[in-house]
Amino acid sequence: MLKYLSRYKRECVCAPLFKMLEAVFDLLVPLVVASIIDAGIGAGSAGHVWRMGGVLILLGVVGLASAITAQYFAARAATGFAADVRHDLFRHLASLSFSDMDRLGASTMITRMTSDVNQAQTGVNMTLRLFLRSPVVVLGAMIMAFAIDVRCALIFVTAIALLFAVVIAIMAINIPMMKGVQRQLEEVLGATRDNLSGARVIRAFRREDAEYDAFVARNRALAARQRRAGGVSALMNPLTYAVVNAAVILLVRRGAIRVELGILTRGQVVALYNYMSQILVELIKLANLTVTMNKGWASWKRVEDVLNLEPAMDESGRATEAAPGIAAAVTFDHATLTYPGGAGPALTDVSFAAMPGQTVGIIGGTGSGKSSVAGLIPRFYDVTGGRVLVKGRDVREYAPEALRSMIGMVLQRAVLFKGTIRDNLRWGKPDATEDELLAAAKAAQALDVLEAKGGLDAMLEQGGGNLSGGQRQRLTIARALVRRPEILILDDSASALDMATDARLRQAIAELDYRPTVFIISQRTASIMGADVILVLDEGRLVGKGTHAELLETCDIYREIYESQFRKEDAR
Amino acid sequence: MKGILGNAGTLRKVLDHIGRYRWLVLLSLVLAAGTVLLTLAVPILVGRAIDQIVGAGQVRFDRILPILGQIAACVAATALMQWVMNVVNNRVTFDVVRDIREEAMARIEILPLSYLDSHPHGDIVSRVVADADAFADGLLMGFTQLFTGALTILFTLGFMFTQNDWITLVVVCVTPLSLFVARFIATRTHAMFARQAETRGEQTAFIDEMVGNLKVVKAYGREAAALESFDGINERLRDCAMKATFFSSITNPATRFVNSVVYALVALAGALAVMASGGAMTVGALTAFLAYANQYTKPFNEISGVVTELQNAVTCAERLFELIEAEPQAPDAPDAQPLANVEGRVEMDDVCFSYTRDRRLIEHFSLKVAPGQRVAIVGPTGCGKTTLINLLMRFYDPDGGVIRVEGRDSLSIPRKSLRAAYGMVLQDTWLKPGTIRENLAMGNPDATEDEIVAAAKAAHAHGFIRRLPQGYDTVIGEDGGMLSQGQKQLLCIARVMLILPPMLILDEATSSIDTRTELKIQSAFTRMMQGRTSFIVAHRLSTIREADVILVMRDGHIVEQGSHDELLARNGFYAELYNSQFAGVAI
Repeated sequence: MLKYLSRYKRECVCAPLFKMLEAVFDLLVPLVVASIIDAGIGAGSAGHVWRMGGVLILLGVVGLASAITAQYFAARAATGFAADVRHDLFRHLASLSFSDMDRLGASTMITRMTSDVNQAQTGVNMTLRLFLRSPVVVLGAMIMAFAIDVRCALIFVTAIALLFAVVIAIMAINIPMMKGVQRQLEEVLGATRDNLSGARVIRAFRREDAEYDAFVARNRALAARQRRAGGVSALMNPLTYAVVNAAVILLVRRGAIRVELGILTRGQVVALYNYMSQILVELIKLANLTVTMNKGWASWKRVEDVLNLEPAMDESGRATEAAPGIAAAVTFDHATLTYPGGAGPALTDVSFAAMPGQTVGIIGGTGSGKSSVAGLIPRFYDVTGGRVLVKGRDVREYAPEALRSMIGMVLQRAVLFKGTIRDNLRWGKPDATEDELLAAAKAAQALDVLEAKGGLDAMLEQGGGNLSGGQRQRLTIARALVRRPEILILDDSASALDMATDARLRQAIAELDYRPTVFIISQRTASIMGADVILVLDEGRLVGKGTHAELLETCDIYREIYESQFRKEDAR
Repeated sequence: MKGILGNAGTLRKVLDHIGRYRWLVLLSLVLAAGTVLLTLAVPILVGRAIDQIVGAGQVRFDRILPILGQIAACVAATALMQWVMNVVNNRVTFDVVRDIREEAMARIEILPLSYLDSHPHGDIVSRVVADADAFADGLLMGFTQLFTGALTILFTLGFMFTQNDWITLVVVCVTPLSLFVARFIATRTHAMFARQAETRGEQTAFIDEMVGNLKVVKAYGREAAALESFDGINERLRDCAMKATFFSSITNPATRFVNSVVYALVALAGALAVMASGGAMTVGALTAFLAYANQYTKPFNEISGVVTELQNAVTCAERLFELIEAEPQAPDAPDAQPLANVEGRVEMDDVCFSYTRDRRLIEHFSLKVAPGQRVAIVGPTGCGKTTLINLLMRFYDPDGGVIRVEGRDSLSIPRKSLRAAYGMVLQDTWLKPGTIRENLAMGNPDATEDEIVAAAKAAHAHGFIRRLPQGYDTVIGEDGGMLSQGQKQLLCIARVMLILPPMLILDEATSSIDTRTELKIQSAFTRMMQGRTSFIVAHRLSTIREADVILVMRDGHIVEQGSHDELLARNGFYAELYNSQFAGVAI
């Protein structure tokens, strides 16, 4: 935190300083009033009263000026701090490895960047503004009291200690209770969301009444918790009010005795009374500030945890060129992969080589490791054993950008971004020409998508929301083709296409003039049975490798999959 | 109040909801009035006590002590009343929110699915959760504050006029200045806040998109480009956040300044009055005046905040009532008889349906399904296959024509009885947060352990469930948590296996299960479908080839209808779809 605030040293020093100045001017007010009473009224000097009235207004003006200055610096520091943190967070998140992202989860990352940073910003702002003011007023009032009269000041000391005790005790009891309320509220929120997203299932299973009862139970528990927490915080105002006014009573009594003895003047008693009122106001502000600070600090801690996350992947490789004289485009050399936190290896001892221009089909059941093979080639994850080579060089030796720029990767989940179709396709190649974009779209069977949406300049909503699943998939394939990749990986990325389109797509890819090495991952035998090599995976192990005809002979699992989709008599 | 609280209709509904607690609200108001009165009395009493302290040897202790006793009594009473008032307010607030939430949820359970499908869930959730809170908080707190504020101003004015007209006039004339200053600043900052909110929204959308899909960003090496776009928005946000924060934070010092001017004027005018009055106006009264000058201005400073809060509360109330009063689905007819002895005879007679008026979907569709028949629905994605399911389950009702079950118009059957006749496995594998066991027993909460395990085994889910940390007692979080899509689908199948109703609806039921597991389930499915009328939606032609009737859908219309062989012989759209499965061999 200090690292970020140190960029705003001037602001961080000036804001509290000017705030303190304002507090000091506030503290002078009761003294001036005392002087009006004693030296003005007491001595019958109207001139003095006028002068002191002027001083009061002057104090107000100076206070206003310093307060505004303080607010300015505080706002600058807080918003600047937040902007810097957001910048660093974004850069940091983009530098994380895939396994880090899996562990964090997208919604966590988004909350850290938005509400947590905002919360921290408010915390910094309020802290800079109030952190010095309130203690200065409280302490200052006490010091002023001491300056006026030590014996009366002792009442101040006791009252302040008592007030602190009351405020801290109530907050100490209340904060955990409020956390409980928050948790219960999240449960109510979750129950509401479930009743909406599961409406069909709930109604199909006729569970409306049971779900309603479950909701009511949670909702009532929330109300009960809120009432209990509210019961504690309801004590705050009455107790602080009672303490301050008890102190006032003692003050007037002690003051009366001291005036009788000629030690104090009446004006001074009034000043003491005024200081006591000021303390109450500031103390309540201080209590609220502590809550804001707490929230802000907790948010900052969460942000910091993310910022301190070391990327799990060493990306120091700098090679950009293939190793000389090596024939294979992609080689897996006894590759083993265990995901961080994974129970067992996702891939075990997988070896194969894909020659340039070959089409490799990968097939296997759910969780058999198909996508893991795909993820190792552009080095989304690092092997935990063995090696993965692209064009003869270990992927860890490449600069990550250089490696990934050779590969056109189409992920399982078809993701597009807000912007025109042109912008989206240019992700593949930022300077692609109109012809290149159209050629890629044609091969990806996406020309009719362009037609339906109104050409390359049609706007896509966030996530490609205005497209159907199949349209999205074809555009993501086009995006990968725009860069004319040497290696094209289609990770189950035609699942939403009907079979006729799927077949035309495979035909077009087979006819690409730059002959990329193609990996097709699919659950459909039809999609991969024309491949040069088919890899059959089962529970992370390579259990079959060969052409369709070979595997039908040699690989039981392959045959089983095939026959589940084509009955024997159809397999002509 | 009219302008603040929106239209009279909303106000009446709000009062309806608070009506149950009217005695508590009344009590709260009485306590508030009492608190204000006593709070104002204390400075007067202190002032009187101070008047008895004139100077050395001129202190009237015999008068001071009773006054101090009175102050103590006032303070004790105030503290007590404040506490009771807080407790009462809490109670009313939390109970009103609780009532409203329950009402909203009761409505959600009977809203037609067309409402739920067409309204973003996040929006409904925020109405039930955030708006309910804001409504109760804002309304009750805002109202109490407004009430005590108004009382404070009135009582203070009353007292001040009894003491000294001129000083009071000074206070009355100058104080509203703070109101104008606050207003002035608020209108100026409003535009800046709007821009901040807009930029923040833009940034959140960008973050949501980029961070949510970081893997794609990295796969295409777009980190730097994304950071650059991000910084563009970020710098704009820094700038307008700075302006909004700064200008809005001027409000406090500015109103405080007006207050100190009032304070100074009261001190000045008061001191001159004490000197000129010759005893009619005392130093103690001046002290009380000064305390009042602070107290009197406070409600003025808060008033614009209170008004915003009330307006916000009314907006939230309107959003809530919109949900609570949304048209529910047509209730079951009072004389509706539940289905008995369902064999599985379904008939669609000249059914017409569309989601929106301008796009006709299903037109004059007729179909007769005999008990035990298997109906397959095929067609490209987005052709409207799930629409048929919506109609069968009565998630939606047809615009024209009749759907009959066992010869009875389905509109004349209670929804629950109709739905109990179907077992449904949807593409969207929704599981409720809870244990695996609870999820499996959803259709029959009284199922025995043996029945549950048997169902899980039949769905080939027993194996992976047993391997989970706590087996059947494993708690799955929201959205299925750590389960894979395929595992979730197996659970959905097991859920239906447990109840085995006379009719089945399987929507893409095996789309995320790999073909080997699917093969295993297939036998279970076949067993389950034996003697049961079933409606199956699937992409894979192999799973539906054995259907008795195949409905071929395209663009929402049913274009062909018949058995596999008939349809192949017809050489139409179905034949095209079917043959395309083999086109891949050419590569």
